[in-house]
Amino acid sequence: MGRNFGRPVRRLEDGRFIQGNGRFVDDVILPRQTYAAFVRSPYAHARITGLDAAPALQMPGVVRVMTAADLAGAPDMPCGWMIHSRDGAEMKVGSRPLLASDTVRYVGEPVAVVVAESRDQARDAAEAVAVDYDELPVVVDCGDAMAPGMPQLHPAISDNLAYDWELGDEAAVDAALAVAAHRVELTLRNNRLIPNAMEPRACNADWDAQDEKLTVWMTHQNPFGMRTLYSAYYGLAAEHSLRIVSPDVGGGFGAKAPNYPEEVVVAFAAKLVRRPVKWTADRTEAFLTDAHGRDHLTTATLGLDAEGRFLALKVDTIANMGGYLSTTGSLIPTYMYGTMLSGQYVIPAIHCRTRAVYTNTCPVDAYRGAGRPEAAYVVERIVNVAARAIGVDQAEIRRRNFIRDFPYQTPVLFEYDSGDYEGSLNQALALSDYAGFPARKAEAAARGKLRGIGVAAYVEACGIGPSAILAKLGGGAGMWDSAEVRVNPVGTVEVLSGAHSHGQGHATTLAQLVADRFGVPIESIRIVQGDTDRIQAGTGTYGSRASVGMSATFNACEKIIAKGRRICAHLLQVPEDSVRFADGVFASAATNKTIPFGEMAAAAHAANAFPTREIEPGLVESSFFDPPNFTYPSGVYVAEVEIDPLTGVTEVAAFSAADDFGIIANPMIVEGQIHGGLTQGIGQALWEECRYDPDTAQLITASYLDYGMPRADGLPEFRLAFGCAPSPSNPLGMKGCGEAGAIGSPPAVINAICDALAIDHLDMPARPEKVWRLLHPKAAG
Amino acid sequence: MTVALRVNGEDVRIDVTDRTLLIHALRDHLRLTGAHMGCDTSQCGACTVLVDGVAVKSCAMLAGQADGCEVVTIEGLARDGALHPMQAAFAEHHGLQCGFCTPGMIMLGIDLVRRRGAADEATVRSELAGNLCRCTGYQNIVKAIAAGARDMAGAA
Ligand code: FES
Ligand code: FES
Repeated sequence: MGRNFGRPVRRLEDGRFIQGNGRFVDDVILPRQTYAAFVRSPYAHARITGLDAAPALQMPGVVRVMTAADLAGAPDMPCGWMIHSRDGAEMKVGSRPLLASDTVRYVGEPVAVVVAESRDQARDAAEAVAVDYDELPVVVDCGDAMAPGMPQLHPAISDNLAYDWELGDEAAVDAALAVAAHRVELTLRNNRLIPNAMEPRACNADWDAQDEKLTVWMTHQNPFGMRTLYSAYYGLAAEHSLRIVSPDVGGGFGAKAPNYPEEVVVAFAAKLVRRPVKWTADRTEAFLTDAHGRDHLTTATLGLDAEGRFLALKVDTIANMGGYLSTTGSLIPTYMYGTMLSGQYVIPAIHCRTRAVYTNTCPVDAYRGAGRPEAAYVVERIVNVAARAIGVDQAEIRRRNFIRDFPYQTPVLFEYDSGDYEGSLNQALALSDYAGFPARKAEAAARGKLRGIGVAAYVEACGIGPSAILAKLGGGAGMWDSAEVRVNPVGTVEVLSGAHSHGQGHATTLAQLVADRFGVPIESIRIVQGDTDRIQAGTGTYGSRASVGMSATFNACEKIIAKGRRICAHLLQVPEDSVRFADGVFASAATNKTIPFGEMAAAAHAANAFPTREIEPGLVESSFFDPPNFTYPSGVYVAEVEIDPLTGVTEVAAFSAADDFGIIANPMIVEGQIHGGLTQGIGQALWEECRYDPDTAQLITASYLDYGMPRADGLPEFRLAFGCAPSPSNPLGMKGCGEAGAIGSPPAVINAICDALAIDHLDMPARPEKVWRLLHPKAAG
Repeated sequence: MTVALRVNGEDVRIDVTDRTLLIHALRDHLRLTGAHMGCDTSQCGACTVLVDGVAVKSCAMLAGQADGCEVVTIEGLARDGALHPMQAAFAEHHGLQCGFCTPGMIMLGIDLVRRRGAADEATVRSELAGNLCRCTGYQNIVKAIAAGARDMAGAA
């Protein structure tokens, strides 16, 4: 731990947010601003038989109406990850135009856009665009999508099947299951979720015809990826003339990482009308069109020996892709899911089959955890079913099966870097007073309540990389991150980081790192993110990958220090290898003189005390860090619930989380990430569920009235503890913490509910009605 | 129509339509972008401001309805560079991550103190049911408001 790094330093970025000076995309109004409103399909599946924009064009303030015809030549939306089916065939990609022209495949799909002088005028006119539809039958449930006679979404894609993928040795799994002393089987759903960052998606595109430069303000997790796509793929402007600015981003959770049609259309519109065009989604649009998360139907079989040791796991999943493949939609139920099915356990044989299907629903993509929560849910649920079947305590069965030696090669591709699973279990059991549970259960029973306890152990893969391996798995982009460290003549420091904070506090954590490395005050450091005119290249933030950008920053700092040592060798007139740097001071055993970091910076710029043919003046270094492996954070969570049998209401009475994130930059920020992740996971377990009407595929849960968002009054005070098994995959030993809470908490809560009800399983969310019906099977209805 | 307001201590007159919401009058006309719009059903609280001293969801009020009223937004809380105790408490207790819900949370917190005094955490939790945050899991917001309430009592 340094003066800053590792400590709960208060956030440097907070000042602007608490005073209302944050700058979000919708806060930006440009000169000659126009506003866009989208015309969206009210049907989930229909042919478009006619479109008449004339009535809209008569409306006051309308500048332009754009339809697919105005985008002729623009390519379809791409899917960024190629998955191959088990027969070797490439996945089948249903074509997804920017604006639909002949068929719509989910409610809310954009059909046209109106650009007008004001927001209200654009909205009024959008309602006046007349579109004729011939309704088609729909399919909503992923379990139905492949059935004979079902509506087919895309021509030439039979059975709505995008791919049929597998991982692992099926024959070995079948052989092991055949001889297993115990076999348990479980069918479960992972409920579809709607991400709901509080800031809706928004963009503001400005075309400078003189310079042929396009600037797009966009609330996004990865502005660099968008720049590449907008230039190289859509040809909106040359790469060096395309600026994406993602200023303050009001939450992302994965849903602000994909490429969406609306933002691209707005960029085309800005070029067409030659004025800035702004679009801000309203909440209903966010519900309808922000990429949804999860939505799996899975059957799993676990084989155990007579002592309760795991022998083999077989998983068969149908994953709902929605109407189209979103940017990384194909990746999530495959390499982010099947690869995690070993959990924290030695399971000698694992096989995963995933069939990804199209349905008349919003496209599905990454949502906090993205594949890893689905895997943890399967593993941690079936482990509890097994524990119950063979009569072993849920903590004990985990202890019996933990991986203890690292690195550990799983049978499903990944090699875990480090961990102390039993250490986390012990921490979690202590934190939750697991031993005292029977007394609490009895006390609750005396009050007429059913109390249950649930243990769940998760492992996840963060900081996705290295690029070469990912390319072999079908990835299309490098997965390094970058940092440029600029030391100014008086010793202040700017860090241009390719990561991008949307609440994670990078302006603080990166500054903590640099302040300690250089031995300078944290106030003298400024972190710059989210503007492609300032930062040349990066990969943004998703998948808990800040350790990658942190490592790039660390390496760039090391280069600065190395150059500083060379400069100081001249200033001190000592051999370079005698110069040491510590606590902000360059020193050498060969002299009593020392040089503080700031003086070295001044000397680097004065450039008059060292030979500039050997050492260049100035003090700017950059680093691109391509991680050698993922990092593998892990943890054990214990949830305690109390169910009121009269109402079926479940209350989370206590929640304890013991996590291992390796080295932690700022425990205050990490705790905040865990609180948020746990809350989203508890939300999934108890309240959140995206529901479409099965007959019409209309979204039923399209507002905060209908979608069960977690609120402050339904949550316990979380108890947290941290272990530390540093990751060997980066120079700082960090692992990543952003998604953990959302991965481990759903199975912990459902395990607790099943324990309270003494049942094997119940699908999420455990709404009161569902629980009540279980408790009152004979009741009418 | 012209609406006359006193906003953060200054008298202003703005031209709006009869359907302009107070939130849009503040954000678009007065360029006070601290209050945010997070929903269209008056349920997230990101737009909360004080109108005549009472917390109001400014997405649920027409600008015209606020004619003649005194409005305080998040931008009007700090005095001479000194943070309001509730603002300081949010920073001290890490009550924000992305910062989008934060202005609404702080305004609600101030209103809560007016109505309930230095409330305990259970009260704060139940009072927060109309303000959504997707980042923090609320735990630190609850702590921040409880601490801010204590500090406000101390400052009064
Ligand atoms: S914007 Fe006012 S309550 Fe959501
Ligand atoms: S801090 Fe992001 S929504 Fe509350």
